[in-house]
Amino acid sequence: MSVYKMLDGNAAAVEAIKMAKVKVVSAYPITPQTTIAEKLSEICANGELNAEYIRVESEHSAMSCVIGAQLTGVRAATASASVGIALMHEVLNVASGCRVPIVMPVVNRSLASPWSLWCDHQDTMAERDSGWIQMYCENVQDVFDTMIMAYRIAESPRVLTPVMVCLDGFFLSHSMQKILVPEQGEIDKFIGEYKPQNLVLDPTDPVIIDDLTGSNENTEMMYQQAVGFKNAIPEMEKVFSEFENEFGRKKSLIEGYNTNDADAVIVCLGSMSGTAKYVSDLMREQGIKVGVIKVVAFRPFPYKALREVIGNITKVAVLDRTAGLGGEGTPLWIEIKAALTDKNLLIKNYIAGLAGRDINIETIKSVYTDILAGQSSDSPVWIDCDVEHAGLIREVSINDRH
Amino acid sequence: MIDIKSETQGYVAHGVSACAGCGMELIIRNILDVLGDDTTVVIPPGCSALFCGFGKETALKIPAFQGNLENSAAYATGIRAGYRAQGNNHTTVLVYAGDGGTLDIGLQSLSGMMERGEDVLYVCYDNEAYMNTGIQGSSATPFHAWSTTTPAGKNVMKKDLLSIAIAHRVPYCASCSMGNIPDLRHKFEKAKSIQGPRVIHVFSPCPTGWGIKPAKSVEVSRMAIQTGMWILYEYEYGKLKVNIKPKSLEPICTYLKMQKRFKQVTDEQMEELQQLVTANYNKMLKMEKI
Repeated sequence: MSVYKMLDGNAAAVEAIKMAKVKVVSAYPITPQTTIAEKLSEICANGELNAEYIRVESEHSAMSCVIGAQLTGVRAATASASVGIALMHEVLNVASGCRVPIVMPVVNRSLASPWSLWCDHQDTMAERDSGWIQMYCENVQDVFDTMIMAYRIAESPRVLTPVMVCLDGFFLSHSMQKILVPEQGEIDKFIGEYKPQNLVLDPTDPVIIDDLTGSNENTEMMYQQAVGFKNAIPEMEKVFSEFENEFGRKKSLIEGYNTNDADAVIVCLGSMSGTAKYVSDLMREQGIKVGVIKVVAFRPFPYKALREVIGNITKVAVLDRTAGLGGEGTPLWIEIKAALTDKNLLIKNYIAGLAGRDINIETIKSVYTDILAGQSSDSPVWIDCDVEHAGLIREVSINDRH
Repeated sequence: MIDIKSETQGYVAHGVSACAGCGMELIIRNILDVLGDDTTVVIPPGCSALFCGFGKETALKIPAFQGNLENSAAYATGIRAGYRAQGNNHTTVLVYAGDGGTLDIGLQSLSGMMERGEDVLYVCYDNEAYMNTGIQGSSATPFHAWSTTTPAGKNVMKKDLLSIAIAHRVPYCASCSMGNIPDLRHKFEKAKSIQGPRVIHVFSPCPTGWGIKPAKSVEVSRMAIQTGMWILYEYEYGKLKVNIKPKSLEPICTYLKMQKRFKQVTDEQMEELQQLVTANYNKMLKMEKI
């Protein structure tokens, strides 16, 4: 029997880590992840979680500790955000390359520079090729549920790939919501005890893990990781369906909302999909047929599921919380465009919500209005951007120098 | 396949990739001989990583993980914690890193490991430059030594690892040398029996990088001890002891002249360095009495 609890996104992530009974925790505090590190350290100290908390000196060391611990055959946990994830970058690839199925909540925050404490998706988008599965959460219930399911997905022998559970900084991490939390016994039954499916550092059965590997083996090992990602799609569908049977909440790789007869949709990630759903309801009350496509799994990117949800929709607004500098479009837009390349659709790219700038009802309405107008654009539309005052580079003559 | 003429003893295989006369090889053979097979080692990229294996051919008969260059101490911390979580408090968790992976890029995670009091045995084999990438200077490269990135000789002193370890109040740290294997083995016996962070700094000649003949690495190591360029000492629960005290110090020119990396050192520089080395040796003798 599940019980209701009032938790913010960070506390929901901690609740899931606790219920997964990890044995080693290592984290370095960073806004807005800090309360995860604090709470984990507290429950390790008071015995609520029977695990050792390692108070490291950096995120790089946090991830290294967790990899080291999990390589001995136990479940281990960390969490981070923003530049903390960027600092981990090198070792994120070690975790995925060594097939260490770590589950890590990432509290999305902008990357420096400019320095910002607030939410966007630059941090996790910068890691989209790091060999980690990425799932984005809409609300606090979603954070808890996704974390629990992530253990099953990551640790599946046919996947063996670490998972980032992405939750929007402050919008989810610090927002208290009433969520359903199952009993420990139900979670035990759902996740099971950790059984390492790959090499472990065992003095009674010595192996060398991750020594220098030549070009003869590297391609095949990378291919194995690609197979892991390919397998992750059916594995996720299986876990989603078991989760729904067990706990009654429906999950999907790509969620369509008001999409059936829609003239236009907004495709987006994370907490803004909640706002988009609300606005699409409001607009439908006025007879404007719009919907939302929430992308849950960004890695692996579920192309097939997306095509099914798109159906006959012809106007697609891709709203990304990252700038995708130098690209033809933002990371999400590139995926959507590639998935629908054979269809003659208007797929327009919008950038909003950088560094915590609010994506409110008006923002969403303006995207719907623009996409319904049907005008294409050869570059992303920067919503609410004061282009005139964006500091366009002044032409300087040689005489201006001093 | 390699045609094996004679089976090796101990936990390091025959036919390893180390250069002739390499200090690091003799040192790891002796360390593992003392520590035994209940040992797990973390090795960062560098000479020791290439040495421990390539692809399917590996050289160590104990569990090993090749980490990254800057986080060996953190990997070791995690491995220790993972073992402890499974009730294993007996396996020695060892790090075998070079001077770059220890004193430069790895100093932060090593500092964290020492400060937290992790039960890890950290070994730095010090060949005084980045030898695996081809003799670039490190913070452990000695004063006036040539390297490809200190072409005129290094203009600052070598970083002092054990003083850094002592500042972290580790229970045990020591210096060893390829030139005195009985002393090295004795110190590893001791380190094995002590709990907490232990740091051992080992003098490890690199014939290629130092410009010496492979047959001379032990001789050069011994001359470093005789001249006071390398002092064999240990620090145990707050007490410092100089283990080997030459009757009188040989002049450092005897040591420097054995190696091509010091050939550009002028008489004035030699004199200046001599004073620094003598002063340092006398300081160590005084510290022993505290």
